Amino acid sequence: MQWEVVIGLETHTQLQTNTKIFCGASTAFGAEPNTQADAVSIALPGVLPVLNREAVQCAIRFGLAIDAEIGRRSVFARKNYFYPDLPKGYQISQYELPVVGKGKLSIQVPATSAGQAYEKVINITRAHLEEDAGKSLHSDFHGMTGIDLNRAGTPLLEIVTEPDMRSAAEAVAYAKKLHELVQWIGICDGNMQEGSFRCDVNVSVRPKGSDKLGTRREIKNLNSFRFMQQAIEYETRWQIETLEDGGTIQQATVLFDPDTGETRSMRSKEEANDYRYFPDPDLLPLVISEADIDAVRSTMPELPEAMQARFEQQYGLPAYDATAITASRGVADYFVAAVTAFGGEAKLVANWVMGSVAAKLNEAGQEIAMSPVSAVQLAGLLKRITDNTISGKMAKEVFEAMWAGEGDADAIIAQRGLKQVSDSGAIEAIVDEVLAANATMVEEYKAGKEKAFNGLVGQCMKASKGKANPAQVNDILKKKLAG
Amino acid sequence: MSLTTDDVKRIAHLARIEVTEADAQATLEKLGGILDLIEQMQAVDTAGIEPMSHSQDVTQRLREDAVTETNQRELFQSIAPAVENGLYLVPKVIE
Amino acid sequence: MINASLKDLAAALGAKQISSVELTQLFLDRIHRLNPDINAYITLDADRSLAQAAAADVRIAQGNAGPLTGIPFAQKDIFCAKGWRTTCGSKMLENFVAPYDAHIISQFDAAGAVNLGKTNMDEFAMGSSNETSYYGKVQNPWDRARVPGGSSGGSAAAVAARLAPAATGTDTGGSIRQPASLCGLSGLKPTYGVCSRYGMIAFASSLDQAGPMAKSAEDLGLMMNVMAGFDQRDSTSLPREKEDYTRDLNLPLKGLRIGIPKEYFADGLDAGVAKVVLDAIEQYRKLGAETVEVSLPNTQLSIPVYYVLAPAEASSNLSRYDGVRYGHRAAEYTDLMDMYCKSRAEGFGAEVKRRIMVGTYVLSAGYYDAYYLKAQQIRRLIAQDFEQAFKQCDVIMGPAAPGTAFKTGEKTNDPVAMYLEDLYTIAVNLAGLPGMSVPAGFANGLPVGLQIIGNYFSEARMLNIGHQYQQVTDWHTRMPEGI
Repeated sequence: MQWEVVIGLETHTQLQTNTKIFCGASTAFGAEPNTQADAVSIALPGVLPVLNREAVQCAIRFGLAIDAEIGRRSVFARKNYFYPDLPKGYQISQYELPVVGKGKLSIQVPATSAGQAYEKVINITRAHLEEDAGKSLHSDFHGMTGIDLNRAGTPLLEIVTEPDMRSAAEAVAYAKKLHELVQWIGICDGNMQEGSFRCDVNVSVRPKGSDKLGTRREIKNLNSFRFMQQAIEYETRWQIETLEDGGTIQQATVLFDPDTGETRSMRSKEEANDYRYFPDPDLLPLVISEADIDAVRSTMPELPEAMQARFEQQYGLPAYDATAITASRGVADYFVAAVTAFGGEAKLVANWVMGSVAAKLNEAGQEIAMSPVSAVQLAGLLKRITDNTISGKMAKEVFEAMWAGEGDADAIIAQRGLKQVSDSGAIEAIVDEVLAANATMVEEYKAGKEKAFNGLVGQCMKASKGKANPAQVNDILKKKLAG
Repeated sequence: MSLTTDDVKRIAHLARIEVTEADAQATLEKLGGILDLIEQMQAVDTAGIEPMSHSQDVTQRLREDAVTETNQRELFQSIAPAVENGLYLVPKVIE
Repeated sequence: MINASLKDLAAALGAKQISSVELTQLFLDRIHRLNPDINAYITLDADRSLAQAAAADVRIAQGNAGPLTGIPFAQKDIFCAKGWRTTCGSKMLENFVAPYDAHIISQFDAAGAVNLGKTNMDEFAMGSSNETSYYGKVQNPWDRARVPGGSSGGSAAAVAARLAPAATGTDTGGSIRQPASLCGLSGLKPTYGVCSRYGMIAFASSLDQAGPMAKSAEDLGLMMNVMAGFDQRDSTSLPREKEDYTRDLNLPLKGLRIGIPKEYFADGLDAGVAKVVLDAIEQYRKLGAETVEVSLPNTQLSIPVYYVLAPAEASSNLSRYDGVRYGHRAAEYTDLMDMYCKSRAEGFGAEVKRRIMVGTYVLSAGYYDAYYLKAQQIRRLIAQDFEQAFKQCDVIMGPAAPGTAFKTGEKTNDPVAMYLEDLYTIAVNLAGLPGMSVPAGFANGLPVGLQIIGNYFSEARMLNIGHQYQQVTDWHTRMPEGI
């Protein structure tokens, strides 16, 4: 039996506002427990919610970024359930009429040993505004749990996809793309460790070719892409094995245990919850006008796809390069700054950004914002290549030193005396020496062995301690050998 | 509309109110009258009528995104049943 | 002094005939003597009241007094008052000292008024007789074996027994108008949205409104000038120009068109009450008004609609009472679930629990359309009834309650019989219209109120209509014996 996995994602993104969605308490991360929990946050008797303008702006920005319908009239609803981190005993969310409707996000699924990279469009069903709950600290307070309500009321945008994904790889590719997009448009800081971006994954399986959906289980609160991959793969295998053994899948909410690599059902959510949704009578319908949307549109940054197309056109970059560089706003900004400071071939900059810079960042697990080599510094290095001060190969050595914090390209070149020797007289002298000292190689070359030439070049580079301009060495050596 | 004591217990559970067997029976009797009362609504044809949640046709006002609340933890927690290290304490929640 | 109007009290204070401290002490002494029986007040704090009075005296001496400065008012125990125990008539909040002021309380403070104490009320405002209060029933000063009405029974009894010059109340289904009628007072429920609900412990959010209860329409107007007004902390508070509610008191009533709904004079109305009300309307004809019969066909349905919507909203509003952050927590429990269930079972009285159950039921899965949605639809029909009626008349008049004050315990065994007390008042809350009750006479020796229902935002006109009646009648000056 061939099986197919069907995956949908619900992502909760904390919006990057100064204050909570329904009150003026701060949303700054890391405060002492309950020091940012005002009367509204702790649901004292008699308090009331008032909607944060910036949260609405963020929602509109997101809707525009995924080319979605923006709800002209949306309604806040109460989702009723009891939990200690939910002070009112209900969460203010949106139910029937969300602020953002259907949209799309196009993803690139990376190549694997099993197949090539490919593009896929993921349909987003809706995105709605709601409030975050507080935090439960389960570490021992003599058998009690401690509740911190600082986070209660932080604005969330919940983004829901259609069950369009068919592999863990697709799900992760979507999650990564979404993660980058919400940061790109400045609505979320994307800090997964701090809980700014949390994914719940709905997984079900069905026989390949079937168009009916199987019973799904929801893996909650995945906050790393690696765990998401592992969790989905495990859950998929588990569901298939269960069905193949003759069992059935019960709808359930599960948690992923990174230590064991397994998913397991959450005790408290085993019973289906009746949330008794109804429109919140303390809030009025949210009306968004064309003018409101236009105002937001005019402040939107250029989106990745548009920027990619522009880079191809403006800088003559191939599609592969343009895609790689626009994968993150930070990288795109870095690239543009470097190109501007460099003033030369954009392709050279692209090569270095995708090559050496990316390699160093990946190695250290850092974002480009942490790069010790700034865009301007990189431009400075590239200029020394194109003006022949150093060779491309030498530049790599200089780059390492720059990354280690030894200073600008010029400073390092001067300090280490790495200036390329381009004086033809000096190079001729070196070539003469080498030819004289390597008679055998000369003979081999003249006898037709092409490789001997490379050996002679190598000797020349060695004799010059790598400083000779390789192109000139090539030319002069060729001339001298020719006669 | 006929409710049973099981329904009463289920509703009480949703509402997190403990109801003993005896309570459930008494509640059921009192509820019966109320539920019969609201059944009267079914006699009305409301097809096509827009539900009314607010009397005025007003829309949600938006608040500026500026911090207005200061830390009042000490005051607010002075009335709490159980607090430690600034956290509200509840029986351990098992997930 | 105890019978003096607010205007006369202000004049006396201004002329130094009495100080605020003396005036406050006067009422505190009366309370000390009479309240143990009447039980109109739940919480008194003489030191605090007198301190406020002393501050008011300073302000008066400086010539900075407003119309209410130095005058003591009884505050319904539903308004959070900082530093005051605020119980909402419930065991759940028995020891809850409010850490902040309701908007209404702040307004009285800013006006220099004195908080005389927190008055008794039906628990969480759910009731029509003040018999559901955890703090004991309230005696109607007109007949101690009878109820004062509810839920603002304590406020009504306090003013009727001259234990306060005036008081605040709240009205969700008639809780100002019905007790005003049963106790021979004037009481006003403003248009929904005119008074801020911030800090007013919520029962049914889309229906609750604060309002004044006093000895005359003029006093109501003076209180409205302090109570009404936009509050940015309440999303349902309407941003409107400030009004002087006393500006039209002396307009003549010639040409006033009074609508008399035939449904208000049908079965269920006590004959004695009907006579008093019709006599009052006759008095209006003498003042130059015309009457016209109108129809409010959906009047009967207002009760089932209310008993779906109000409990539904209440069931959600009362979920925050979970023993976690404030309020009653059970002394013994086995786990979190048990803590919730016991705390709430112990903290809430029977009527509150019943309404939470009804509300939970009508919102639960499968019933939302048949009950909640249906009720909201009929609500619109009810509002449309009034809209139609107001095409033919300027105000609507009728009884405020189907009878006079009934005996304590008479209706406590049958919730539905109690609910029918609200027959004439509920529709006004559902439509969000302003409603008022003024004393119109006596039946069986007990007070009867005339209800005046106006179109949206017509409070000033309604007060004028009440005031003119009070210029030619003296029902509102009558006092119970033995106080």
